[in-house]
Formats: sequence, structure tokens, C-alpha cells
Amino acid sequence: MDLINLFVRSVFIENMIFAYFLGMCSYLAVSKSVKTAVGLGAAVVFVLGITVPINWLLDTYLLKPGALEWLGTEYADVDLSFLSFIMFIAVIASMVQLVEMVVERFAPSLYSALGIFLPLIAVNCAILGGSLFMQQKDFSGISESLTYGVGSGVGFFLAILAIAAIREKISYSNVPAPLRGLGITFIITGLMAIGFMSFMGIEI
Amino acid sequence: MKWVRNKLDQARKPFEPGQKLEKFAPAINAFDTFLYTPNHTTKKGAHIRDVVDLKRTMITVVFALIPALLFGMWNTGAQYLYQDMGLENVTDVPFWDAFIEGALLVTPLILVSYIVGLTIEFIFAIYRGHEVNEGYLVTGMLIPMIFPVDIPLWMLAISVAFAVLIGKEAFGGTGMNILNPALTARAFAFFAYPLYMSGNAIWVHEGSTDGISGETILGTLAQGKSVAYSFFDAAAGFIPGSVSETSTIAVLIGAAILILTKVGSWRIILSGFAGAAIMGLIFNAFGLNALMEFKWYMHLVVGGLSFGIVFMATDPVSAAQTLKGKWIYGFLCGFFGVMIRVFNPAYPEGIMLAILLMNVFAPTIDHYVVQANVNKRKKRLSKAKAKLQTA
Repeated sequence: MDLINLFVRSVFIENMIFAYFLGMCSYLAVSKSVKTAVGLGAAVVFVLGITVPINWLLDTYLLKPGALEWLGTEYADVDLSFLSFIMFIAVIASMVQLVEMVVERFAPSLYSALGIFLPLIAVNCAILGGSLFMQQKDFSGISESLTYGVGSGVGFFLAILAIAAIREKISYSNVPAPLRGLGITFIITGLMAIGFMSFMGIEI
Repeated sequence: MKWVRNKLDQARKPFEPGQKLEKFAPAINAFDTFLYTPNHTTKKGAHIRDVVDLKRTMITVVFALIPALLFGMWNTGAQYLYQDMGLENVTDVPFWDAFIEGALLVTPLILVSYIVGLTIEFIFAIYRGHEVNEGYLVTGMLIPMIFPVDIPLWMLAISVAFAVLIGKEAFGGTGMNILNPALTARAFAFFAYPLYMSGNAIWVHEGSTDGISGETILGTLAQGKSVAYSFFDAAAGFIPGSVSETSTIAVLIGAAILILTKVGSWRIILSGFAGAAIMGLIFNAFGLNALMEFKWYMHLVVGGLSFGIVFMATDPVSAAQTLKGKWIYGFLCGFFGVMIRVFNPAYPEGIMLAILLMNVFAPTIDHYVVQANVNKRKKRLSKAKAKLQTA
């Protein structure tokens, strides 16, 4: 039940896009068509789902103050948490490399459609944010961090999928000229955030 | 009638092309087409002859709203007077007293909504050089009907301005918006002024000042108390609530009008109620707290659920466009509506937020329904080709 609660929270209430406005660059740039949006969303789900649990392991057994106790009692007061940023980024970058190779091999059209934004997932703030939130939330087990990672990814996926479909729909609308393009996209994002607020405060 | 026509023709002379007030033509055209059918004809190309244009569609919805509005006026007055007069039942209040009291309370809301909304519409129409559309007739009527009666008028005005400006005109006007403008107004007010939009004391006129209890059914349930209203009371609408959403019967009369004139989609209405009922049944099966034990058929008649599904979810612009998509969209509206209602007692009006959420996902549903159809046809084609080759 706790895991379900955590999942729903991370998908809807603590949505990466609508609650924290993280990962906006790729969200705005790749949401012009549903097909590429689905590709990027799936990549983000995968990367978040892998990196958050791995970083949880690193954090718990390597970086946290006192995490090295398993080596022996003399290491109990070692604090390596100043290394967490660089470790997290290294894990994320290597995972993104893996995703990039898989996408290039099995979906070359998607690879060319995503272009620079696929390698740029490595510096997507939503991905690093997921790991840092995980550190801050102090999860007690790997299943929790896995749930949180996948949930945040699914939240990003739903957001980019919905906005891509909306942008395809309004591409024929008579939007006032100064608002065309990114302007209206920001307005839509704000309105979508109101829709997502309907889940705020839900406790399962 | 002829006299009005002549006067109008005279009045619109300065607005003709090439005249002084040409820029303001949309304003006079709006009045003209509100009273008469437009008399311009196309010179070439396709001619579609149909009595049902946008104006006729919209005015049908306004007619469908009238039973709920009249009942809402009566109920607003009756809910206030019966406790003020110390009567036993809401129905004991003399009919005309209640109706006039309610009408006096509700009319300012309607006036503010129309004046603010139409002013913005007219400014945009003149500035951007398109005609004033009739869409706002419905929106302007819906907005006061889903607000609590004691909302300060300036809050209503700001909510209306937000809905029309950001929710609609920024997208290019009638028919282009992605969210239902009336719901946008309500959601805006709900998150901007939560004190005036939620809680237990706001649903009856002066409920907070006179110590009159104006608790809604859902508010009572969230506190774990039992409900004093019967199924019939709730269905007929003798309960506290937003101005016009309490009476399921009055709403169903409107639904019948919408379905018979084919203005509203019966698919959305039917699947919406089905979704709400199924979610209610699931919760009944668990029954962990008072809200979960609340009977599924009661969910259908209390609060704004029926009003939302019949008048908000069927909005042809923001709903799903494909037939299969409408089934999915309506079902999820009802499903999420009851879910938010039960899981989140702070948001008793779950259906409004659920419809807003589904408005966001309606284009996604449509996209996949269309895509599925494309794939099906592709498969059929390749099968037929394979058959040809073997033959």
C-alpha cells in the first residue's frame, strides 16, 4: 500500500513537470509530435527507473555519513557525501549512453528524430532531480527508490505525451501571433498543471 | 418585428465596410445575428444548407440549462429561508418566497459573468477582426451555476476574466480552447480563493454569518457523520450546494434536451455515469471508511456529478472528438470524479477537477483512437494484397 501511495504521489502530485518544473527544456523542445514525445518519455522512464535505485545503492553503501561501516568499524565516521553529485552524474551519463546505443540500434528513425535531445537526457534536470530527491527523502529500501524513479518517469511521460497531443491539436488554431510557439506552450503547461492539481493531497 | 429589423439596418449603416465605424462591425453583427439569421450568402464553392449552426447549437444548450437554473434559484432561496424561518423541511417554504429570494441572489452572479465575459469577447473580436461567437452564451451561463451563491462578485469577475482570456482567447477564441472555460473559471477560483470555494459554511446564503448549517452531503461524510438526506431528496436536489448543480432531475431534463437535439453526446453522458457507478461499486466493496461506504447510487445524485457529466464533459470543443474516444473519455471522467471525491475530502467537487484532467488528456485519447484505426486499415490492406498475390 505504501508503494502504491508513493507511486501515485510521484506520478501525479510531485510531478516533475507540473509541480517542480524540472526537465522543461526537452519537454518543450521534443513535444511537437506525439511519436517523438513517446520515444523521449520512454527513455526518461527507463533512465530514471535505473539510475534512482543504483544511486540509492551508492548513497547507502558508499556516500552517506557512516555508509562505509560494512568495511570495518574504523570507516564508520567517513563521510563521502561531497562526492554524490559527481557519482550520480556519472551513473546517469553511462545509463544514457546505454539507452542511446539501444535506440540507435533498434529505432534509427526515432534516433534521428530525437537528435541532440537524447544524449542531453544526461544533463536533464528531471533525471538528476530524481536522484537528489531520492537522497533527500531518505528512502529505507531499494524497492521504494525503484518505485519513486519509475513513478517520476511515468509522470514525465504522461506530461510530455499529453502536451504533444495538445500541440498537434492546436497546430491549426488561430493563436494570437505573439503567443505562437513557446508562448502558448507555456500557457498550456500552466493550465495542465491546474488539471493535475486535482490529485493534490490524496492519501491512499 | 419589421420595425426592429429596420432600426437595426439603420443603426448598422456606419458599420458597413468603408464607413467610419468599420472596425467595430463585429459588435453590431453580434447583436444582429443574435436576433436574426444572417442574410449574407456565399458567392461560390460549396453550399451547406443546415438550420443548425453554432448559434443554434449554443442556444439549445442554454435552453437545456434553464430547468437546472430555475430549480437552482428556488433551491438557493429555499435553503436560506427554511432555516431562517425555522421550518422543518426545505419544501415547506412558500414557493414564490423561495424563488424570488433565490432569483435576487443568483441574478447578480449571472449579470457579472455575462458583462465581464462579453466585454472581453467584444474587445478581442474587434481587435482581432473576427466575429463575436456565441460560445460565451453557454459559458457565461454555466459559470454562475457552478459557483457557491455567496462568492464575492469581484472574485467571480476575476475568475471569468482568467477563463476567457487565458483559457480561451489566448488559444484563438471559440472552438480552439483545450480546457472547458467554465471549469477553468471554477478551478481558478478554487485554487486562488479556497476559503470561499470549499468548506461547509459557504453553500447556503449567509450560512457562515448566521450560524446556519449549510453542510453539503460530501462535507458531512468527510467528517465521518451519517447523512440525513434520502436518495429522493438528493435526486430532486433539496440539498445545499453550488447554485444549480444539486438537482439531478432538473439536470436530466436538460440531458434529455441535449440528447434529443443531438447537441450533447449520449456516449459521454452514458459512459460518464457508468464510470462513476463502477468506481462507487469498487469503493463499496472495500468500504474502509464512511466515504468509501457511501452507496454507489448515491454518488450519482449528490454534488455536481450529474451536472458536470451532462453539461461540462459533453462540451464539444474540449471533449474527445472520436466516437470510441468519447466512450473512454466519459468513462474516465466519472471514474476519476468519484475517486478524487473519496480519496480527497478536501476537494469534494471531484467531478469538476476530473473533467479538467480528462480535458488535458482528450487529445491523447483521440490520437490513439485515430492511430488504432489507421493501423487496422493498414493491416486489412496488406492482408488483401497478400490474398491478391496468392490468387
